[in-house]
Formats: sequence, structure tokens, C-alpha cells
Amino acid sequence: MSLVDDTSSIERTALVSQAEPRDFIALLKPRVMSLVIFTALTGLVVAPGGLHPVLAAISLLCIAVGAGASGALNMWYDADIDALMARTAKRPIPAGRVAPGEALAFGLVLSVLSVLVLGLVANWLAAGLLAFTIFFYAVVYTMWLKRWTPQNIVIGGAAGAFPPMIGWAAVTGSVSIESIVLFLIIFIWTPPHFWALALIKSEDYARAGVPMLPVVCGEDETRRQILLYTLVLAPVGMAPWFLSFAGLAYGLTSLVGGLGMLWLAVDIYRRREGAPARKAAGRMFAFSILYLFALFAVLLVEQGVVARIF
Amino acid sequence: MVDHPTEAGIVLTPEEKRRQRQRNLAIAFALAGLCVLFWVITIVKGAAILQRPM
Repeated sequence: MSLVDDTSSIERTALVSQAEPRDFIALLKPRVMSLVIFTALTGLVVAPGGLHPVLAAISLLCIAVGAGASGALNMWYDADIDALMARTAKRPIPAGRVAPGEALAFGLVLSVLSVLVLGLVANWLAAGLLAFTIFFYAVVYTMWLKRWTPQNIVIGGAAGAFPPMIGWAAVTGSVSIESIVLFLIIFIWTPPHFWALALIKSEDYARAGVPMLPVVCGEDETRRQILLYTLVLAPVGMAPWFLSFAGLAYGLTSLVGGLGMLWLAVDIYRRREGAPARKAAGRMFAFSILYLFALFAVLLVEQGVVARIF
Repeated sequence: MVDHPTEAGIVLTPEEKRRQRQRNLAIAFALAGLCVLFWVITIVKGAAILQRPM
């Protein structure tokens, strides 16, 4: 008989790691990371000047790993509330596959490594921005805003908006109006995107005690805020065209996409009860992802591929 | 240690041994990847590796 028989499963999980490599990959939030890679790549490609393709690829890797590290730190700190929400209960820490200390060490090591390598490969402004992004997401958003105010994702959304600015800074060594506009597009896109999700998952958030807008201020106020932010988002989404660092294809895409977002925001505002209301929120959530993807994809192709060939 | 159940300590189950081996392999690949990464950076940047503009 082994000593294992005398050890409770909880004590055993604390003493013997149950983690597989895929659990550590899950800590990096791969789906969020893919959006970070995509928007940072756009910043890298659209920025004037050039960076050696290998160094650009390594810079992109650093930005992705830094974003993943902040995700791991987020999961370490939020393990208690993740366990209470159906959407997050199967994450590695609440599921008992990764010990909190493992996730913390993993996140910290990757944070330091990604920032240092980006500094060596590109420049220290880009590395500083990446460090600030990790700090902002892990400390300002996760530890402070998320459990304190319904404005959590409004302010915390900045963390997700920095990647194209970091990509731009990696190439140019500076922050310019163009990179600030790319930042603003994601920054203003974040509230309507997450509030649409929060309308669907408000019971989850309420159970976990996370003060999301629908939980604190009600669903009607959330619908009003979604509409207001979308009214700002539509013209901001077109700003690259107005400022002439994007062409006609981007202009048309942002116009059609912006009108689509506005139509869905009005739909959310009007449908307030039952299944139609949930469907409207679901449509807004899904379309907002498509909208952001389309804006950055067109910008990437138009400025990164077409403009360099012709 | 884990191969001698008579000694004090936790004896890993076969599944835990498999997971431990997978983690060890992942760390080995990550370290090898880092070595390649720093080698590539050095080759591409050359002497400029010491120039770090703000």
C-alpha cells in the first residue's frame, strides 16, 4: 500500500502536479492571444520603415507571449471567481490540474522573458509598452478594476488595445497618431463587445460577484451604453481612412461594418425581453469580432501587401 | 525515489509519471527553442545586438 492511499486528493493535487503541457498553453488564453497576434501584426506591417522579417517575427512572438503571460497571471488571481462561472470553471486552476503557484511562476517568467527579448530584438520603447500592458492587465484590470467597478472593461480594455501600438513601436521606435488611432479602435470596441457577452452571461457574473454593467446598473442601462459606445466606435473605426493612412477598401469596410454594428446596437436596444433579446446580444457579440477582424485584415492587406506591391 | 515504494514520500501513479514526462519534454523543447532563438537573433542583428535605440 502506498502513502497515496492516506493522502486526500486535495493534498495530493497540491503536492504532485497534475498538469499537462496543454494546461499551460490554456493558461495563455490562446483565443485572446490569436487576436493579439493579428492586431500586433497589423501594427508591425502598417508602420512606416522596416524591421528585418526575422526580427519582426520574433517581436510578434514576444508580444504574443507577453499577452499570454498576462492571461496566466489573470487566471492565477481570478481562480476563485473562475470556479463559480460555468464559462470558466474548466480552466486549469479551478479544475485542479494546475496549482496556483505554478500558474503564477509561469506567468511571471514569461512576462520577464518576453519583455527582455523584445527590448533586445526591437527597442526598449516597445518593450516598455509590453511591460506596461502586462502590468495593466494583470494588476490594474484583474486585481483592481474587475471586482470593483462596472467600468472594469472600459478602462481595462486598454490592455487589449495596446498590441498594435507595440507592433508599431517595434518598427518605428515611437508612438504616433496612427498607432494611437489603432489603439482607440480596439479600446472603444471593447465595451460593446464585452457588454453584449455580459448580457448573455449576467447570471454567471452575478454568481461570481463580478460587478459587470448588467449586474450593477441593469440590462436596460447596458443596452443604452452599448448603443452610445457603438455611436462613437463607428466614426473612430473610419479614422484611418479620414487620416489617410488607409485606402478606399478600408474606408468602405469600416463604413459598412460600422453601420452593421450600429444596426445591431439599435437591435439590442429595442429587444429587451426573452429569447429575442438574448439572440440580439449574441449577434452583436459575434459580429463585433468579425467587425474588428475585418478592419485589421483589410488594413493589413491594403497597406502591408497591396501598397508595397503597387 | 519514486521507484522505491517502501521509502517515505509520494509514489507517482503511471498517469502522473506520464504527465511529468510530458512536462519535462515541454521544458526541454522550450529551452532548446530559446537557444535557437538567441542564436538567430545574434546572427541576424550581428554587432547591432549591442545597439538598443529608444
